[in-house]
Amino acid sequence: MLLSPYATLADKVRMAVLLAWCTLVLSFLVLPIFVPVPLSVNSEAFFTYPLKGFSWRWYRDVLGSGAWRDAIWHSIVIAIGVTVLATSLGTLAAVGLSSPRMPARRTIMAVLISPLIVPVIITAVGAYLFYAPIGLANSFIGIIVAQTTVASPFVVVTVGASLANFDRTLMRAAAISGARPFVAFQRVMLPLILPGVLSGAAFAFVASFDELVIALFLAGPQQRTLPMQMFVGLREHLDPTITAAATLMMSSSILLLIVADRLRRRR
Amino acid sequence: MLLVAPLFVLLLLSFCLPIAALLARAVYDPTMHDALPRTAAALDGSRNQDVPDDAVFAAFGEDLLAAKQNDSLYNVAKNLNNLLPAARSHVLRTARGLSLDKPLTRAELTTLDPFWGDSQTWSAIRNGVPPFTTGYLLAAIDLRWTPAGGIGPMPPNQAIYRTIFARTFAIAAGVTLITLVLGFPLAWLLANLSGPTAARLILLVLLPFWTSILVRTAAWTVLLQRSGILNELLLGLHVTDHPIDLMYTRTGLIIAMTHIQLPFTLLPIYSIMRTISPSQMRAAYSLGARPFAAFRRVYLPQVMPGVTAGCLLTFILCLGYFITPALVGGPADQLIANFISNYINTDLNWQMAAALSFILLALTLGLFAAFARMFGIDRMKLV
Repeated sequence: MLLSPYATLADKVRMAVLLAWCTLVLSFLVLPIFVPVPLSVNSEAFFTYPLKGFSWRWYRDVLGSGAWRDAIWHSIVIAIGVTVLATSLGTLAAVGLSSPRMPARRTIMAVLISPLIVPVIITAVGAYLFYAPIGLANSFIGIIVAQTTVASPFVVVTVGASLANFDRTLMRAAAISGARPFVAFQRVMLPLILPGVLSGAAFAFVASFDELVIALFLAGPQQRTLPMQMFVGLREHLDPTITAAATLMMSSSILLLIVADRLRRRR
Repeated sequence: MLLVAPLFVLLLLSFCLPIAALLARAVYDPTMHDALPRTAAALDGSRNQDVPDDAVFAAFGEDLLAAKQNDSLYNVAKNLNNLLPAARSHVLRTARGLSLDKPLTRAELTTLDPFWGDSQTWSAIRNGVPPFTTGYLLAAIDLRWTPAGGIGPMPPNQAIYRTIFARTFAIAAGVTLITLVLGFPLAWLLANLSGPTAARLILLVLLPFWTSILVRTAAWTVLLQRSGILNELLLGLHVTDHPIDLMYTRTGLIIAMTHIQLPFTLLPIYSIMRTISPSQMRAAYSLGARPFAAFRRVYLPQVMPGVTAGCLLTFILCLGYFITPALVGGPADQLIANFISNYINTDLNWQMAAALSFILLALTLGLFAAFARMFGIDRMKLV
C-alpha cells in the first residue's frame, strides 16, 4: 500500500529506514507512559526492572493513607463542580455562538478560547492575587471557578463542532409547532447534540482532574488535590506510591477520553 | 446572543480581570506612595539626585513612624528591598529605633545608619515612591532608570532576565525542532496508511496526548533516575559504562518536554497530510521527478501550513512550561514561568512577577495572533 508495485531497491531501503524510524518514535511516544504501571505493582521500592515480585502494597498506600485519599476525594469534588459549571455555561455559549445573528463572533470566540493560549502560570498567579483579598483563595469555590475558565474552552469547542452539523430549521419547526425556546432546546436540540455535550463534559472533567498549576496557587492544605499530592511527592520523597497514583490518574483520564472520543466521532 | 453572556461574564470576572490586575501591578504600585505620603510630597519636584535636605528627612521620619503604627512599614521595607537589595533590614531597624520628639534631621539619621546617607538609597526611594513606575518592566529586560535620569543597562549582578528569556527561547526552539524531526515521518506514515492499522497507530499517538503533563513528567522522573530504567538500558547495551546524570539536567528536561510536545507538533501535520492525495506524487514521478525533487517541490509546499501550525503551537506552549522544568530541570534549567512562581511564593516580589508575566503574555499572544492570522482560530481544535 505504501510502496508502488514498481518499487526499486532504493525505494525499499528508504521505506525500511522510514518504518524503523517511525517504530522508534512511536516507542518513544508510548513506552514511557506505561513505565509506571509495572513498577506500581513491584513488591520492592526500586525503580528498575526486573521486578522482584508482585504486590498491591503501593495501591494500598495510595488508597489507604489519609493524605492520598483526601487528595483523591478533593480532586473528584472539584472536578465534578468544574464539569457541571463548564458544561452548562459552555454549552449555552456554544449554542449562542452558533446562532446566525451572533455579532462579533470571532472576537467573542477568541476570548472564550483564550484560556487555552494564555500560559497557565499567568492564569494561576492572576487568580491567586485577585482571589486572595476577597477570600476565595484556599477555598473550593475559588479553585472550581478558576479551573472552569481553563476547562470551558473544551466544551465550547466540542459542542460547537456538533452544532455545526445541527440543522437549524429543526428549531424553527419546533417554534412553529408551538414549542417555547427552552422546550425546543431541551426536546429537539439537546438530544441531537448530546454526544458533543457529553464529550465536552468528559474533557472538562479530565482538564480539572489533571490540573496542577492553578491548584498549587489557589488550594490550601484543606483542598490539596491529587496532582498536588503527586507534585509534592515527586519533589520531596520519591517512592513507588507515585507510580501507583500515576497509574490511577492515567487510567481514569484515558478511559474517560476514549469514551469522549467515541462520542465525538459518532455523528 | 444572551446565551453567551454567562460564560463570557464568568471569564471576564475570573480570568480577564485577574490577569489585567496582575499586569497592572507591573506598572502601578501605590504601596510606597500611600505609606510615605509626606516623603513623596517633599521629594516631589526636586530633580536633584543627591541625598535630600532636612525637610525631606523630617517628612520621612514622620512617615516611618506613621507606617510603623498602621502596619504598612513591612510593605515599604519589602518594596524598597525589591528596588535595592538588603534595604529591608535597614528600614525595619531604623523604624524600630525611631522616636520623634523633634523633627528628624539628615545628620541625625545618617549617623544612626549611614545607609540613609547613600545617594543610591535615595535614588531607589525616588524610583519607588511614584505610584506609576516603569522600573519593573525595564528590569525584566535588564534595563533600569539610571541615577542621571536616563535608561541604561542593569548592573551585571542584577541582570539575569535576558539570560532566562534566551534560555526559554532556546529550549522552546530546540524542543520544536526535535519534535518536527521525530514527528514528520511518523505523520506521513499515519496519513498514508489506511484501515484498522492506521486507527490503532493513531490511538498510540493520542494515548500520551490524553495523559496529563504531570503523569508524563512523573514517568520521566522515574525513567531518568541515576539508577533508573534508561540508565540500566544504556549500561546493558554498553552504550556507556557508567550511569549518566539525566535528572536535573538540560538533556533530561529536553527529552521530557519533547515527549510531551510531540503530539502537538505531529497532529496538525498529520491532519493536513491526510488531505493530500498520493496520486500527486505519482504524477510527479511519472513526469520524471526524482523522489527528492517530487517531495520538495510537490509535497512539502502543501504540508508547510501544517508544519508551521504544529511548530508554532509547540513553540508557544513551550514558552509557558512550568511543571516539567520544576521537576526534571536543574537550577540552571528553570524557565520564565518558574521564575514568576518563585517571585510570588518565595521572594514575595509581586511587581517583578507581574512584569515577567507581562512579557511572557505579550510574546505568547503575539505569536498566537500570527498563528490565528495564518490558520484561523478554528485550527485550535483538539485533533
